[in-house]
Amino acid sequence: MSLPDLKHYEALSAEAAAVVRQESAWQRVRGNGAVRFGAVALAVLLAVAFAAPWLGTVDPSLFDAGSRDLLPGASGEITTLEGETIRHTFLMGSDSYGRDIYSRVIYGTRVSLAVGTCAALVALAFGIALGLTSGYLRWLDGVLMRIMDGVMAIPAILIAIALVAAWRGSLPTVIIAIAVPEIPRVTRLVRSLVLTIREEPYVEAALALGTPTWKIMLSHILPNTVAPLVVQGTFICASGILVEAILSFLGVGLPPDIPTWGNIMAEGRVQFIEFPHNVFFPGIFLAVTVLAVNILGDGLRDTLDPKMAKRV
Amino acid sequence: MTGGPVLEVRNLSIALPPGGDRKEAAAQVSFRVGRGEIVCLVGESGSGKSVIAQAIMGLLPRTLGVTGGAALLEGEDTTHASPERLRQLRATRMSMVFQEPMTALNPVMSCGQQLDEVLVYHTSLPEAERRAKILAILREVMLPDPERMVASYPHQLSGGQRQRIMIAMALVLEPALLIADEPTTALDVTTQAQILKLIAELQARHGTGVLFITHDFGVVAEIAHRVAVLRLGQLVELGARDEVLKRPRHDYTRMLIGSVPRLEPHVRAADATAPVVLETQQLCKTYVDRSWFGKRRDVVAARDVNLSVRRGQTLGIVGESGSGKSTVARCIVRLIDPSAGQIRVHGEEIARKGRRELKSFRRRVQIVFQDPYRSLNPRRTVGEAIMEGPLNYGVARLEAHERARRLMALVRMDPGALDRYPHQFSGGQRQRICIARALAMEPELLIADEAVSALDVSVQAQVLQLLEEIRTRFNLAMLFITHDLRVAAQICDHVAVMSQGGVVEYGPAEEVFLRPRHEYTRALFAAAPGRDFAFASA
Repeated sequence: MSLPDLKHYEALSAEAAAVVRQESAWQRVRGNGAVRFGAVALAVLLAVAFAAPWLGTVDPSLFDAGSRDLLPGASGEITTLEGETIRHTFLMGSDSYGRDIYSRVIYGTRVSLAVGTCAALVALAFGIALGLTSGYLRWLDGVLMRIMDGVMAIPAILIAIALVAAWRGSLPTVIIAIAVPEIPRVTRLVRSLVLTIREEPYVEAALALGTPTWKIMLSHILPNTVAPLVVQGTFICASGILVEAILSFLGVGLPPDIPTWGNIMAEGRVQFIEFPHNVFFPGIFLAVTVLAVNILGDGLRDTLDPKMAKRV
Repeated sequence: MTGGPVLEVRNLSIALPPGGDRKEAAAQVSFRVGRGEIVCLVGESGSGKSVIAQAIMGLLPRTLGVTGGAALLEGEDTTHASPERLRQLRATRMSMVFQEPMTALNPVMSCGQQLDEVLVYHTSLPEAERRAKILAILREVMLPDPERMVASYPHQLSGGQRQRIMIAMALVLEPALLIADEPTTALDVTTQAQILKLIAELQARHGTGVLFITHDFGVVAEIAHRVAVLRLGQLVELGARDEVLKRPRHDYTRMLIGSVPRLEPHVRAADATAPVVLETQQLCKTYVDRSWFGKRRDVVAARDVNLSVRRGQTLGIVGESGSGKSTVARCIVRLIDPSAGQIRVHGEEIARKGRRELKSFRRRVQIVFQDPYRSLNPRRTVGEAIMEGPLNYGVARLEAHERARRLMALVRMDPGALDRYPHQFSGGQRQRICIARALAMEPELLIADEAVSALDVSVQAQVLQLLEEIRTRFNLAMLFITHDLRVAAQICDHVAVMSQGGVVEYGPAEEVFLRPRHEYTRALFAAAPGRDFAFASA
């Protein structure tokens, strides 16, 4: 078969003029107010987490018996690891051990963001792998999905508690404990997306072009599931942050010496009537973070989800 | 209400949101619809014809706004009426029938309830009278067994029956104006003929003014009294049907009408000794529906299909939806497994080959699908799409890229556009890209499954011409699947007519078109809109 020389091609046909210029997904995402708000709020929190040592904090594990139960803004003394006693302003007061709540809350941001992000990534990674397999290789579908149904039948918080109890509390354990109950949900989502996408003519065209199965799955199906997964990821992240706080609050999460918002609240619980600030400040941080992530997720869903695309 | 027009659209302008391809969806459009008159609003996609209808009905999406002019329904401007007034006017003085009756009807209400709702809202008739009125209108739209129809839900009816329900709902209160937005586009050709006849009859009996929106000149020839031609939001021609269709004055109208394929088959000396590229024998496809507890249900999609295509020739498979024509195509490409029978490509049996053995066969048969918006992966560039096949067969990347550039030129696209994404192209351009992707495999047989059906008539003509050129240039065998007799007449050497899974007539195009033997073929030809109309030739 002989192909023509490039010189001989005719100009683009007149219909080119009629192409509707579409805004790209990225442009839509950037223009969305909710996405901007959520992203800015998260960027601030991320900056706070990274810059924790330079924000007027002390080591969050420091305590001083003389500075117990200080009110927010009070000034007191605190002993450093080297045994020196320094003056310190307790912006958010101190707890019943004389620890600086402000420092603990700021350092707790690191834990919460790390747990939320990692739990989302772990759940997505496993969910994508399982969902792709079960959606495209139909003979595996029955077995895989029944296992997922089984996992879904157990309350998420119970699985998390059981897993942490079995492995002892540490950051990776908590992340996995939070991610595991989310995996079946991601798997279901990916599977349902794959089932729709695999019927698309472009997948059939790839099949007719002799494209091997793994390549169809990775380069034709997977990229088209990204938008809904990004949205789902943000919601897992938000719920991950909450679940971590719940686990810590119940005393089955990270050990109490690691500052997490849940731990701070758990310790403040006994004194809530006299010193509500022990619970109030970490609670505010927790609420703002989860709200920011959820607003970001809502904005992303509005802009990325094809079913919502028609809404103007 | 005297002899004035039912609808007068006066200098109507509708703005598009900023960032669109043009400023206005409609610019200074003026036309009238008289009592008892059918005016066809014709245009290609994006011409603004549906937007004008929505503006008249007060149904414009919020992003579009009327920026000038008026639509006077019996003297009353609907474009500036209050939502409450519009609700009163709809169904009583103006009503609308949409393209897709399945989505226009509420799936959880019976047809009777939906009709009753119109009457309850707009009249104070007692229940017995409402029921009598509903049964009367169902009889008038010639639905069989109206009593049963009243109790049926939309999914229990056929597409044609659903559209009749829609028409009944639109006409039950005898509005002065009926707007029909592509009401037959989603229907099969024989059903389309019946619905067109029904609309014309009812409209004549009740003296309704009809604004009929369509892209199909066959339909225009069939039903219109007067024709308004739209191009990119501007009215380019307005006149009596015969004037516009036989003596079009504007270049654009001339081009559009010239693009309508003729119904007469083109005759080309076909070489009866050319080698047979594809042959099917007793090809069958049965879908088996097995549920856990239910009974086994067999659905025969194709049965005993015997076809053959020689090199350099085109075989058309013509049929209505559900006739099994696409099933046959998909069996031949082996996207689905045939249940029985043989498929031979150059004498090599491929019907039973497994996935691995199919690999060498894949490159010899390629397919182009109907929907240009779904045939290309939105996340991959056009270049990646065209190069995918050759890369799968071990062609080096540079060479594949060079081949893709040449193919883009061949399908008359800019080779520099290879790194763009599909959404940056129009439907016709995407279809060219799909053709290029298929040709990149250097196939011996090209299957076009309704490949031009989703395209506007002028673009359709260009793509058909391109396919014809390619067939001649590479001496390809082509299997062309279509529901459109005009398209088949234009491009096919041989035609197979399919109905309910079987081939009912098969022969040289000339024979089938000029001397159809089978009853079904004759019915199909009789239903083709505008078959007796002599269009102006380009």
